[in-house]
Order: sequence, then C-alpha cells, then structure tokens
Amino acid sequence: MNTNILQIKDPILSIQDLSVAYDKNVAVKNVSVGIKKNNVTAIMGPSGCGKSTLLRALNRLHELYENITTTGSVFLNDEDIFKMSPIKLRRKMGMVFQRPNPFPTMSIYDNVIAGYKLNGISQKRQERDEIVERSLRDVALWDEVKDSLTKKGTFLSGGQQQRLCIARALAFNPEIILLDEPTSALDPVATSKIEDLLIKLKENYTIIMVTHNMSQAARISDYSLFMYLGELVEYGKTKNMFTNPQDRRTEEYLTGKFG
Amino acid sequence: MKSISEIDNIGARTKKDRIFMGLVVLLSVVTVSPIVLIISKLIIKGYKQLNFGFLVEKMPDTMQAMTAVANNELIPGGIANAILGTLLMVVLASAIAIPVGIISGVYLYENQGKWMANLTRSVSDILQGVPSIVLGLISYLWVVKHVTNGFSALAGSFALGIMMLPMIVRSTEETLKMIPQTLKEAGLALGIPYWRVLFGILIPTGFSGLMTGILLAVSRVIGETAPLMLTALGSSVINTNISKPTSAIPLVIWEFYNDPNMVDLIWSSSLLLMIMVLAFNLTAKQVAASRK
Repeated sequence: MNTNILQIKDPILSIQDLSVAYDKNVAVKNVSVGIKKNNVTAIMGPSGCGKSTLLRALNRLHELYENITTTGSVFLNDEDIFKMSPIKLRRKMGMVFQRPNPFPTMSIYDNVIAGYKLNGISQKRQERDEIVERSLRDVALWDEVKDSLTKKGTFLSGGQQQRLCIARALAFNPEIILLDEPTSALDPVATSKIEDLLIKLKENYTIIMVTHNMSQAARISDYSLFMYLGELVEYGKTKNMFTNPQDRRTEEYLTGKFG
Repeated sequence: MKSISEIDNIGARTKKDRIFMGLVVLLSVVTVSPIVLIISKLIIKGYKQLNFGFLVEKMPDTMQAMTAVANNELIPGGIANAILGTLLMVVLASAIAIPVGIISGVYLYENQGKWMANLTRSVSDILQGVPSIVLGLISYLWVVKHVTNGFSALAGSFALGIMMLPMIVRSTEETLKMIPQTLKEAGLALGIPYWRVLFGILIPTGFSGLMTGILLAVSRVIGETAPLMLTALGSSVINTNISKPTSAIPLVIWEFYNDPNMVDLIWSSSLLLMIMVLAFNLTAKQVAASRK
C-alpha cells in the first residue's frame, strides 16, 4: 500500500482501482481514493495528467464516447455508481464545466430549473420559484439577477454565467459537486467570488474540483490529490501536502520545477 | 538617372488595374442582370391579372377566357385551386420530410465516422442529385398505383418530400455539429435523458439553423413541376382531399401555356410563384442572419 495516500474514514465517495483509457491510451491508472464529506478536495497536476478524465469518470460522462473504457469501481455512500442508472447518479453529482455554458435559449430562471423542467418533473409555480431563489442565493447571484430572471442567461458576465451554472447544478440538491477548472476562463475578481462561494458551499455539499492553479488549491481545498501521468502520486490534507510533500514529484511540481 | 516611376511603370499598372476593375464590375452586372430582367418582365406582364380575385377564385374555363380576351377584358377567375394545392402539398411534404430529415440528421451527428452513418450520408447526397422527374416516377409507381389508386396530392407530396429530405438531413447535421459539445454534456450531467436533451436543449439552440434548411428546402420544391405532373396531375376545382388529383401553381402555368386563350395568366401565375419562392428564400436568409 502506498503510504503517500491518505486513508479517509467513512468516505462519501470511495474510488477503487479506477482506470480510464482512450482507445489504448490509459489516462487514469488504478486510482484508489476516498473523498471526505463536506470538504473541498482538489485534484491537481500538470496538463494531461488525467485530472479531468478522473473527474468525468465520477458522473459517468465518459459513457457518451465509445472509445473510452472505464474499469474499477466507485461507491457513493456504499452504492456502486456503475450499477446505478446514470440519470439517478447525475442528479446526485452536479457538474460545472471549464467554460460557463448556460443553455443559450433559456432565461436565467429556466436555466436554474432546467434539470426539473427537462426531466418532466411537474411542480407548482411556487415550488419552482423557491428552488430558483434558493439556488441563486446559494451562489450569491440572487441580488444581482432577481429583477431580470426572464433575461437570457447568456447576457450575464462570464463570472455571473459560471455562478449561474453552479446554481443550475445545485438546483437538484446534489450530494457532490464536480467542478472542472471552474475559474480558468474567468478574471481574478470573478475567480475570487467563486472561491469564496465554494468555501461556503462545502457546509452543505461535498466538492471535488480539478484545478491546475496550485495557489487556488492551497486557498480553498481541505484535501488535495496530486496526479502525474495518470497516476495518483499523493493524497493528503492540503496543508500537509504544501508544507511537507511526501513524494519527490509532488515537491517538484509544487516548487515549480515542472507543470 | 531614371525616376522610380519610370522604373516601376506606374502608369501601365494603373491602367491594368482600371481594366480589371471594369471587368469585375461588368461581370457582376452580368451575374445580377438575369434575375433583374426576369422579375421586371414578370411584373410588367403579370401585374394586371394579379388582383384579389386571382387569389381567391378558381380557374376560368377556356370559353370564359376566350370571351374576355376577345372583348379586350381581363380574364376572369384566378388560380385559388393551384395556390391551395401548392400549400396543401408543401405542408404535407414538410410533414413527411421534416421529422424524418431531422431524425436522420441527429443520427448522422451522433455517429460521426461510423460506416453506417457514412453510407447514410452518401445515399442522402446521391438522393439530392436524383432528377426530380425520376422521383415523380417512383412516387407514381408506389403511391399513385398502390396507395391512393389514382393521381393524388399525397403522391405529389411524397415526391416533394423526398426532394426536401437530403437538404434537411444535411442542415440538421451541420447545425448540430456547430453546437458546443459541452452544452450536451451539461444537459446530460443534470441527469436529463438524452432525448430530452435533444429536444429541450440541442434543437432549440440550433433552431435557426434547422429553420434555414427547412425554408430553403421548401423554396426549392415549391416550383417543382415535373414530379407533380406524374403524381398530382392537376385539377380545375379546389380540392382539399389528399387522395384526389390536385392542382399546383407550376402545374397551372403549364396548363395556361398549352391554352392560347389563357396566355396572360402565365405571367401572373409565374409572378406569384416567384414572389413565394423569394419570400421563403429571404426569410431563410433573415433566420440565418439572426443566429449571431
């Protein structure tokens, strides 16, 4: 057993021996890791190390592409995600993408409620209003958009759009939120808003975030994974990892020798 | 010592430039002039007959037309039977072609690079090149002979629908390809089933692209004559029964052409057809432009 990998007690998400391959190229190699509930876990590593690939395996987005094969198992609250229906799984795991991608034909209101509406879940108007308000308040966007809920989501600024996308993911009250470099397309002000938001959101949600920005990982994450060439090199408390990395590769990456 | 302009021969080069510029303008005018000439001819010859009655009354018979021409009056009646027939058949053809075309387009988009999709795409492209009269013959063999047991609007619509199909398939595929992949992923990541992502997110996002394809397809088949001669045949009465022979604007133009008493009606019918085609074309352009 690799001593550089921290063992988490009672993880909300337990990844066991997970590998992902694009055709014959293995992008994620035998990753085993437990994710702690109500914490921010950052996945770090240089480009092409398999960070996003690992993240996208967790809500089974790889199944859209026939050339990608996933092996191993992942348990969400002791339930095997590969045995769940992907639809049920994805409602429990919200996802936010690298670039803000609100649905361009929909209003701000409809974007937030899209998960319900497009699933054909019938609700009273009031119920919908409540979900929209709660989700937008969660991402600190409510005060900015409450008077323009019927405007198109794409009229917002980039940072607002990204917060709208987080609200959209929160609307279903997921257990876990997966974020794939959520601030890489944003300016510093919008970035810091999102970071503050994530720290607040971990009270109610478990957050897993891919980032190639080390200082961001240091600022907001409680636990960090360091990946290199598809392997999980080190996993531990962020504080410990940044001050006292166990593996030589982690140290070299954190000190800027490569990456 | 020679000056730079002598070495460079600026005078000759300016002359050459002017000649080319003149040539470009001339050729542009040559390109544009047919459409201008056609439309002006149609307007000059056709506007007299183009009145309200022309739109709402059915075709006159030869005797009425002959009397009117002999008395130097306007020919009475109109081409309502043809206008209604054209609308009926275009709507029916769209009802056949749009669902099938969009579903095939989605299939091609989702299966890029697979042999079955490549084959479908090639077949669809070949279909676009099949002469319309051949499609009319096929519709005659299948629909006229075996479904409606006689010439019918349905048979005409079937032929027109097949003509529309490849354009709709292609525009659907191309439109979907332009929609960012992450939009589809975002929908699926919300736990929305694929077909709802398709109808709730992808198709609304690409709506203007799909609409452009459909309008161009309609404007293409609206003037088709050959396949209708073998299928819808034509009718001098207003018909709304899809299993009966039906008239269409291009068909009445052909009928007027064959009747020396009705020659005047050719121009007004053609003008109306031209207006309809232009309207569809320009709307398609508008819809395409509104995309950005």
